[in-house]
Amino acid sequence: MSERLKPDPVPRRSFLSIAGLGTLALAGVGALAGMVRLLKPYVYPEPMARFRLGRPDEFPPGTVKVVPERSIYVISEPEGVAVISLVCTHLGCIVAPADKGFDCPCHGSRFDPKGRVLRGPAPRALLWLEVSQAADGSLMVDANREVKPNTWYRG
Amino acid sequence: MGQPEQTTFWQNLKRLPWTFWGSLVRHGKPDTDRARSQTVFSNLFLHLHPTRTHIRSLRFSATMALGVFTLSLFVIIVVTGVLLMFYYKPSVETAYNSVKDIHYVVPLGRIMRNVHRWAAHLMVVAVLLHMARVFYSAAYKQPRELNWLLGIGLLVTTLALSFTGYLLPWDQLAYWAVTIGANIAGSARELTDAFGITQSVDPGGFTREVMLGSRGVGGEALIRFYALHVMVLPIFMALLLGVHFWRVRKDGGLARPDADVTHAGKGAAPKGSPAVKPEQAPTKTYGLMCVVRDRKPATNLDPADTVPSWPYLMRAEVLIFVASLVVCMVLGLLFDAPLKEAANAAIPENPAKAPWYFLGLQELVSYSAFMGGMVIPGVALLGLALIPYLDREKEPAGVYFSGARGKRIAGYSLVFGVVMATLAVAIPVSYGWLRNWVPDINQIWIILVNPGTLLTLAYMAWSLAVLRTTRSTRMAAIAIFTCFLAGFFVLTYVGSELRGPNWDFYWSKSAWPTH
Repeated sequence: MSERLKPDPVPRRSFLSIAGLGTLALAGVGALAGMVRLLKPYVYPEPMARFRLGRPDEFPPGTVKVVPERSIYVISEPEGVAVISLVCTHLGCIVAPADKGFDCPCHGSRFDPKGRVLRGPAPRALLWLEVSQAADGSLMVDANREVKPNTWYRG
Repeated sequence: MGQPEQTTFWQNLKRLPWTFWGSLVRHGKPDTDRARSQTVFSNLFLHLHPTRTHIRSLRFSATMALGVFTLSLFVIIVVTGVLLMFYYKPSVETAYNSVKDIHYVVPLGRIMRNVHRWAAHLMVVAVLLHMARVFYSAAYKQPRELNWLLGIGLLVTTLALSFTGYLLPWDQLAYWAVTIGANIAGSARELTDAFGITQSVDPGGFTREVMLGSRGVGGEALIRFYALHVMVLPIFMALLLGVHFWRVRKDGGLARPDADVTHAGKGAAPKGSPAVKPEQAPTKTYGLMCVVRDRKPATNLDPADTVPSWPYLMRAEVLIFVASLVVCMVLGLLFDAPLKEAANAAIPENPAKAPWYFLGLQELVSYSAFMGGMVIPGVALLGLALIPYLDREKEPAGVYFSGARGKRIAGYSLVFGVVMATLAVAIPVSYGWLRNWVPDINQIWIILVNPGTLLTLAYMAWSLAVLRTTRSTRMAAIAIFTCFLAGFFVLTYVGSELRGPNWDFYWSKSAWPTH
């Protein structure tokens, strides 16, 4: 009996209002998280980044070829073929071929022919992209898949 | 028990014009001060105004008309923007051509677009100047801290509106400016890359993809920016504006020194103030003024210090509105809004420049994207927000620079700010920076030690030095605010005028290489 007469540490009324407001806040946070999550799609609405580059014999060792419509360039050496992205790692401009390497028109980053940063604000080297071979033997490039620099593809 | 008045349908119909007018206008002709005050008081739109305005608040030197100028520009932008919406089609295939149509085919479309753009540019200028005015006249001080914060919110919203609007023409200018902007938003990747944890923790990529709805700038980004530009941000802006104005009233009107408040019978009316006949002075509103927060309730004050808001305040507002409209129209008639070639994802503009008010940032970004684009602007905004909470000295509000000492400090700080910002540009231009000296340096060093961070630290050190010598937080605030303003101007000037292709330094545009 005396137990029951003791005042509660949290009065019942406060407990109920705390519980109510807490639930409301929780629901609000959940709804907000859902709204933010909605903004990031599961699938990116963009054309497939994997494309046919050409037959391997189009790129004999010694070739350096810029493919402007894909924003990439291809180098072929005795070790194999490599495809390097022309998208600047600083803020996404397309670098342009210069005397020795590539210049970024936006903030003046400069890269050597293998994509290494020579100067400017670019935080890292140009991306080397994954090269593979299709069933018919032609070279395929996936612009969304990065490989380590100096990874050469040998057919 | 009186006989209920007998009215018939026909009688009611005959009296309709009068009864309707009576429901619309609750007061007599507003030809006396009292009737006008009551009109102001009982009208939703007019009651943003006080019924009476302090004479000092009407002087040009008190506000330089910047707040109302900004509001006028916002109104102009909303009206022209709604008109542009009738023709603009937000999709990759149609956006560019619809803007072209607005410019060349739609009757008066060109002037509408030009005025929209000019008003938007002017609004950025006006917001910045308004902030500087409020800062230098110490009008952010208690009890107006919250309104200062709301003002910063309005500044950010204004910039966000400008930035989202920048993409909509879908021309080369738009495409590359937004590509750069989106990558700045994603530049936390620079940090996670430097630590090699981007695979597992990638806040930069998340922000960018939420913003663009894809990996690159495309149709999804366009529709997102459009929704933000015409819907989300304007509504947010209108809400903030409402609270901003409401707080001006609640905090006791415009900030002014106590000395200007004269008690009944004592102070003489300032020169040129219109005479107020005591019997016309409102009675009711004075009672209500007591609940409005001020250091002293505005009771028992000489009505000679105040004038009726109608006509004195409203006339000034209408004049400012007309003046802003004229300025926008003249600029819009003389200078066309640019429209370059349609967006091409394979060939960036060279140089690819952001809108002018972001060029200072672009200059910082050309040292490090994460520091210059996220951390330094973040620190600057946080610093701005903290000013009224850190500087709580009881200086008279409404006095520019808080007196001669403040003026001197502002002068020195201006020189210091300009010199330091110039050095921050000149040293890397002449001697290069860390990567030119140590080619294989770790990126973390470049993020931490670059001209932008050093400039920020120099400004902070200067402000602390001022704090130590003057022992006044207000003086330290003046020092750092002036420094940042100076830095903003110098970097913006360098970014817009002295940077050419490949972001190389050129003394003039005529020295740019031709190709």
